[in-house]
Amino acid sequence: MIWSIAILLGCQLAGEIVTRFLGLPLPGPVLGMALLLGLLVAIPRLYRLVAPTGHTILANLSLLFVPAGVGVVANLDVVSEHGLALLTAVVVSTVLALVAGVLSFRAVARLMERQE
Amino acid sequence: MTDLTELWIYLSQGPLLWLTATVVAYGIGDTLFVLSGRSPWVNPVLIAVVLLSVALIATGTPYETFFGGAQFVHFLLGPATVALALPLYANLSLVRSAALPMLAALLAGSLVAMLSAIAVGWALGLRGEVLLSLVPKSATSPVALGVAEVIGGIPSLTAALVIMTGITGAVIVTPLFNALGLTDWRARGFAVGVAAHGIGTARAFQVNDTAGAFSGIGMGLNALLTAILAPLVANWLF
Repeated sequence: MIWSIAILLGCQLAGEIVTRFLGLPLPGPVLGMALLLGLLVAIPRLYRLVAPTGHTILANLSLLFVPAGVGVVANLDVVSEHGLALLTAVVVSTVLALVAGVLSFRAVARLMERQE
Repeated sequence: MTDLTELWIYLSQGPLLWLTATVVAYGIGDTLFVLSGRSPWVNPVLIAVVLLSVALIATGTPYETFFGGAQFVHFLLGPATVALALPLYANLSLVRSAALPMLAALLAGSLVAMLSAIAVGWALGLRGEVLLSLVPKSATSPVALGVAEVIGGIPSLTAALVIMTGITGAVIVTPLFNALGLTDWRARGFAVGVAAHGIGTARAFQVNDTAGAFSGIGMGLNALLTAILAPLVANWLF
């Protein structure tokens, strides 16, 4: 348990240090994810150590977005003035992005299957 | 009897009150979600955000005071992002075989998310920093906030828009893709990760483990691509 927390935090810390130091346009935790993946590939035994803690966190992933979501209160003036336009833009573009993403994935996957 | 005002002043200065409120509000949202038979229309994050926002406004509590307690939950986003390597590793062979489709979906999803948000926002009369705050909304919170700052948006507004995008994606993804008759969990997961970051990924894990793994990759890659493309798009358009 304690080592799995140390590994997760250690990867995040290493990711933060490297992105800051090299000035990468990437959040530290995303590099930390890549780092942990590299560690797992190099030392497969680590998976059974980190998995229980990691899966507990991931099972409650939605909770972690609540504090940022309440930030809407800090912007009540902008939101009440432009709320409808912002909501429409968010909903329309999210639907379009979902459709664009899923259809291009499927198109390329089918193209590859045909060539095999 | 202790003076209630004194008790309130004491509690409102420490982190305990709003940390507890955050966990309880999400607990209520999650319970309602389970009671609804895990309906995509009952989103635990949305319920928790509404309950807490009403509580903050009703008690006249500033967001900064709330965040003093809620930051402990917020902090866990970092280790959670790192932990996404676990499902990624467990699905590694599946991921390797889908590199090209993922690249295509990443480019299409990321660009459509940014450009269509700008187009719709512009058409509805949004201008300047409010419009720019929309650009990075499909990327995960820490990246989106950094990008908003760089391109001249309002970071705290972007934070709210990011969550709104995530909730929209999580609510709409299952009915939308079912209606389109799509059965490839890789494609479904990846697309929702690109368009609706971590909240979409959380939703994907509720539906299917493979979808969740691909969603985590989509989120990570779009964080990277948005950080690179958003400043270019903003420069080009404004």
